[in-house]
Amino acid sequence: MAKQNPETLGLMPPEIQVIRQRMGREPNWVEWGIFSLNWSEHCSYKTSKPFLKMLPRTGPGVVVGPGQNAGVIDLGNGWAVAFKVESHNHPSAIEPFHGAATGVGGIIRDILSMGARPIALLDSLRFGDPYTWRTRWLLSGVVSGIGFYGNSIGVPTVGGEVRFGPDYQENPLVNAMCIGLVRLEGLKQAVTGKPGNLLILAGAPTGKDGIHGATFASIDLIGPEEEKRPNVQIGDPFYGKLLIEATLEALEIPGIVGLQDLGAGGLSTAPPEMARRSGTGIELDLSQVPLRTPQMTPYEIVLSESQERMVLAVQPGVEEQVLAVYRKWGLEAQVIGRVIEDPVYRVRFGKEVVADLPMDLLLDGVDEVPQGPIGSLSTGSATSTHTNPHRITPQPSTWADLLLDLLQDPDIASKRWVYEQYDWSVQTRSVVGPGKGDGAVLWLKGTKQAVVATMDGNWRWTSVSPYEGAVRIVLEAACNLVAHGAKPLGITDCLNFANPQEAPTLQEFEQVIQGLRDAALALGIPVVSGNVSFYNQSETRRIPPTPVVGMVGLLEDLERMPQANFAQPGNRVYLWGSPQADLGGSVYQWRYQGTLGEFRKPITKEEVVRILHALLEAIHRGWIRSAHDVSEGGILVAIAEMAIQGSYGLEIPAMDPDPAFWLGEAPGRWIVEISPRDAHLVEDFARQRGVPLRFLGTVQADPHLSLSGQTISLDRLRDAYERTFPGFFEGRDASTQ
Amino acid sequence: MKAAVVVFPGTTCDFDAYDALKEGVGVDTEYVFYQTRDLSKYSLVVLPGGFTYGDYLRSGAIASRTPILDAVRDYVEKEWGFVVGICNGFQILTESRILPGALTRNHTNAFICKPVGLRIANAETPFTEEFEPGERLSLPIAHADGRYVADPATLQRLHKNRQIFLVYDPENPNGSVDNIAGITNEKQNVFGLMPHPERFWHPWLGSDVGIRFFRSLVRRVRHG
Repeated sequence: MAKQNPETLGLMPPEIQVIRQRMGREPNWVEWGIFSLNWSEHCSYKTSKPFLKMLPRTGPGVVVGPGQNAGVIDLGNGWAVAFKVESHNHPSAIEPFHGAATGVGGIIRDILSMGARPIALLDSLRFGDPYTWRTRWLLSGVVSGIGFYGNSIGVPTVGGEVRFGPDYQENPLVNAMCIGLVRLEGLKQAVTGKPGNLLILAGAPTGKDGIHGATFASIDLIGPEEEKRPNVQIGDPFYGKLLIEATLEALEIPGIVGLQDLGAGGLSTAPPEMARRSGTGIELDLSQVPLRTPQMTPYEIVLSESQERMVLAVQPGVEEQVLAVYRKWGLEAQVIGRVIEDPVYRVRFGKEVVADLPMDLLLDGVDEVPQGPIGSLSTGSATSTHTNPHRITPQPSTWADLLLDLLQDPDIASKRWVYEQYDWSVQTRSVVGPGKGDGAVLWLKGTKQAVVATMDGNWRWTSVSPYEGAVRIVLEAACNLVAHGAKPLGITDCLNFANPQEAPTLQEFEQVIQGLRDAALALGIPVVSGNVSFYNQSETRRIPPTPVVGMVGLLEDLERMPQANFAQPGNRVYLWGSPQADLGGSVYQWRYQGTLGEFRKPITKEEVVRILHALLEAIHRGWIRSAHDVSEGGILVAIAEMAIQGSYGLEIPAMDPDPAFWLGEAPGRWIVEISPRDAHLVEDFARQRGVPLRFLGTVQADPHLSLSGQTISLDRLRDAYERTFPGFFEGRDASTQ
Repeated sequence: MKAAVVVFPGTTCDFDAYDALKEGVGVDTEYVFYQTRDLSKYSLVVLPGGFTYGDYLRSGAIASRTPILDAVRDYVEKEWGFVVGICNGFQILTESRILPGALTRNHTNAFICKPVGLRIANAETPFTEEFEPGERLSLPIAHADGRYVADPATLQRLHKNRQIFLVYDPENPNGSVDNIAGITNEKQNVFGLMPHPERFWHPWLGSDVGIRFFRSLVRRVRHG
């Protein structure tokens, strides 16, 4: 073999220098390969780690915080909820169907690694210009990929978001979040336990797919896409489903110490990570690994990212029992190694040692590599777009026409075309599924409780201000949960950014983290898990800072949950929260002015939190008949959505002519419906709590919205709302790409 | 009486069928793994939905060739009780020729998950006795291969014997011939349907109309 350069594996010259120095010898090619995976941005978080430490990680309910496969929060009834979000952006940009499918499979196995049964999926998606063929190809591929995997394994896809922005054209984002339930006593962690324990590899046989997938996720997407396709892993949901059932059955066996899924980096990263948590070493024998492709080299076996595989650490003596469970489900399972005292990662192939690496160097050595100050980084040449190429001008002149047009904006329009391709009702927990309400409401069977979950991001807000945008996104997620009467419990975050080797990206990253931190502290909830995706950048374009917040909360009593649509003619409808909002960063500003604009002033986090808690209390007292968070499109769109979802109209007698009131966006505002019987009580309560409450109108049996005398039928509103996504695929627009 | 919920590799709706029967209807219910060869102790056998063997061949095709289908055939022939196949379970029943016809790709060529409107086309079967003739209801569907097709002679027979017990109404979501959503065999001891009655087993899930189907069967088992 000709002498190969480790730089071709993505390692940086200073990193190579540290490895050579600390090893005291020239690593062989298998060892370089293992280093390149463990030291990749994707696996090591080398750039983001110092910043991520700023996030609040602890709290009263936290059972497992960051650093494990998923965060876990106690629900207080013997059950805990495990949740995490993960990106699969780069693979989805190249091969949308399989990229998205394996993203779903991977996040499900993270939840499974905690010993939890996956009960729901949510997906936050970003695409470029929807009026291009490339975006349609990506959108339809990603949606079918998510459906293919999620539907086949019987985990419902219950929510998420789909948004469009010009700078996602080359770099779409696919962030998948999974939620699982686990009895507290059944909780598992990714550890090896004591020396002498055995390592079992279970699941699908190992093939040549996805070799260097994590390395590929840690570079910019430049160059012919076809050349990178072999780096994309192929998912097999049937194996994924068997792996869930077999693993949950195997975990009943006493003597299973810990487990972890094989994701990015495969065997080169998962076993060492488990060993680190237990302070042990590992010895593997690759000749024991069940193979899909005969005659794979040790290099290929240890670096393969074949999907649907788990590593289990078990006490000696129970291995046959564990293997038998996997075989019952038709899966491969084999003892492939053991836990050793020596703090090394030793890989054999039969008798031959093919890699022998000190654990501390492998896992933490990358932190010793000197990093230049931010100022020393290049400013980069890729740019962001701040004007809307599809600006609508002139803007419609009446409230009715404006609303009909806004409902067709791709970011506001119904996502029915997307979510009806997902099985969202399997497992019979989905009290509120996609397309209705602000979050997914998942029944905890046997109780009156529900877990409520949402995913939120807003690239316009974080483009206006990375810090302030991040604050608002966290608060917005909390507002979505509260609309259903759920108390926020914890956060998982997916941080999607451009190239961190360039100064602007790292500055944005730091500001976003500060925003997430400040908002989480204001809410008093922790960030228990997360994922960072850098290098979402092409030669000319960089994505805007895109933090996506996944938030989970607990609803104590399903019987007191407000409806998402207007419930009863004659009821009074109010704005709960500040009448002040920003046109800066709003859909209105972007659609009709074609710009992002500015925020008037920072939001007062403490005030939003106070108003939010007051609403929770009002819901608990049974006063709130329906509630909907005001978000994109402002109050005008929020009331239209509440009407469309049901069959009743609303009469608003007099419209304040200020567009900022009706179309501005800011967290901490809801539309609430109150029975006239309770109106005085609620008005007094709001006054006492200092909650701004503004009467808007009265629910009508007549299925029309009446806006200062202009009426629109709900059917016309529905037609506008439902038209956009199916229209993408009718070939109405044949622009290039 | 005891009910069995059959679990194949890739079955996904087994928990839902179990909950609907056990919690919704109050029947003693057990999971049965696909290698079982004797079903004689059960009064009701449910083949639930899912993606058996990944449905990588035709939907339900591989599951229909597993040993338990011999047991199901035997069970039906000896009239030990009732068999209900839901979604993938219906596909397994047509693939194994226990029910006539075939379930093919939706005319939309996509997976569809949503509640759909339905009408009871025959309220005199053991599975629909709790309904009024022509009663309308809504149940969730969740499938990509739900378009029912059959040759003209089979269709004629299905109509003549009133074997079509459930039809889509007003909207046909998948292109099924004659809006067929559920059929029974001539002896009326096997029922196959694409919509998921087991998903509507509690009002919090949108409705509990689904348990009326199972309650009809249970009443027939208990009272003849």
